[in-house]
Amino acid sequence: MSAISLKNLDISYGPTKVVQGVDIEVAEGESFALVGESGSGKSTVLKAIAGLAPEWTGEISVLGQPRGHMVDHGFARRCQMVFQDPYASLHPRKTVDAVLSEPLQVQGIGNRGRRVVEMLAAVGLDTRFRFRFPHQLSGGQRQRVAIARALMLEPRVMLLDEPTSALDVSVQAEILNLLKRLRREQGLTYLLVTHNLPVVSFMCDRMAVMNKGRIVEIAPATALHDGSFQDPYTQSLYAASGGNPDRKDI
Amino acid sequence: MTTARHWLLDESPASRLQANLGHAYRMALQLARNPLAMVGAFILLLLILAALFAPWIAPYSPLGQNLEARLLPPSAQHWMGTDELGRDIFSRVIYGARITLTIVALVAVISAPLGLLIGAISGYFGGWTDKLLMGVTDVFLSMPKLILALAFVAALGPGIENAIIAIAITSWPAYARIARAETLTFRNSEFISATRLLGASHARIITRHVLPLCTSSMIVRVTLDMAGIILTAAGLGFLGLGAQPPLPEWGAMISRGRTFILDQWWVATMPGFAIIVVSLGFCFLGDGLRDVLDPKQGGKS
Repeated sequence: MSAISLKNLDISYGPTKVVQGVDIEVAEGESFALVGESGSGKSTVLKAIAGLAPEWTGEISVLGQPRGHMVDHGFARRCQMVFQDPYASLHPRKTVDAVLSEPLQVQGIGNRGRRVVEMLAAVGLDTRFRFRFPHQLSGGQRQRVAIARALMLEPRVMLLDEPTSALDVSVQAEILNLLKRLRREQGLTYLLVTHNLPVVSFMCDRMAVMNKGRIVEIAPATALHDGSFQDPYTQSLYAASGGNPDRKDI
Repeated sequence: MTTARHWLLDESPASRLQANLGHAYRMALQLARNPLAMVGAFILLLLILAALFAPWIAPYSPLGQNLEARLLPPSAQHWMGTDELGRDIFSRVIYGARITLTIVALVAVISAPLGLLIGAISGYFGGWTDKLLMGVTDVFLSMPKLILALAFVAALGPGIENAIIAIAITSWPAYARIARAETLTFRNSEFISATRLLGASHARIITRHVLPLCTSSMIVRVTLDMAGIILTAAGLGFLGLGAQPPLPEWGAMISRGRTFILDQWWVATMPGFAIIVVSLGFCFLGDGLRDVLDPKQGGKS
């Protein structure tokens, strides 16, 4: 059974079709990257899976269960999303504790205090941060809180929408290491959107390259080491990012 | 004292209560740094104290007539003079604080939550809900407040309760507009999306996430509008449609004093001063609150 299966997926915002004919199979436990320029529709694919872009046709199923067009209650426990900008994804008037308790309240899960403390430890935040407001945290700490919120419901699939692109370089590495460790510890499946090829080679097993709303190539992440891409667009993207990402600093 | 202060200003609070109290304390400190806001707060405190302890503060009964002491000018015995029935104006102004406070509080309690809810629902859902609710709001907004309130009072009958209802009905649309505008700025933001992905219902998102972000601008707006509400109430009283005699409502008192305004100026002027001072107090406080509660500043301070 594949963790995420997209078949012939078309997504539109009103009259404009943003994504066309996307077919992706992500195996359970795999880390899969969607790569492309800005506006190539990669984030839109994530939004459609999450239920935030309801105008799509085709088939989406997560962990073998086909998904409807709207946000739904049960889906939340299988699949969660981490957003790009940690400054926009946390409610400015809620403490870390309130943010992390919310998923448990919504889903009617008890023992909240203990779970919040455990999760803070899991994402590497000291318990003294528990009752702080977002404006008292740094960008990296906020993103840790956002990751913790997504993990509160113990989902098996995580959608990551450029989780590090709004952060400083040194903090990026910390967050990537955290995501890598969490995947190993909890056996998560990642679908990661990024325009940063080094992140792909660090985090992912396979990648799909998107251009103008279509997938032009699906390749193993190892192709980033030798540049063995078939499609001309992918080759130009690879060349533009400076070739083998492991040879230069992230 | 210092330990309490440290506890409140702790950067790493140990409980939800401490975090929230600390947040409130920081805001109070910021407010205290604004002298005009403190003047406003002081005036309101006086108003509240006057209303609470009216029977002990007022030297005379607000209703008892003494025809031998008609229309006396301000003196040591009657600080604000007496009116045409020999009633002590100072006592009446003090008792009038109760009526004013009741009107202001009830109008705020009725119209602010109503406007807030309608605006938040309208802004959050958008589409037809928005069009429908904002259409109704526009109808109410397009009519002058006092005239609409007059019409309501005329239909419901004069009296203080009906005046309150009429003012409340005419003042919610402005709040609905603000709440809607505020909601539109963050309805598509990621923290709302993230909450939806957790499986939270629309009702939960509106009450727990949207409304708390609208309330601060709403509090500011309500405080600034208080002056207008007092004036509308006074206007209704002046026109004889608000509080009925012999109730010492400030607007009604001015209306009665109008007859003697040239020879006995104090009859109309004293309650007028009261209205001005209290309106100013609300304005100052509202201005100060805006600086403290503005969500755009709150995050950075």
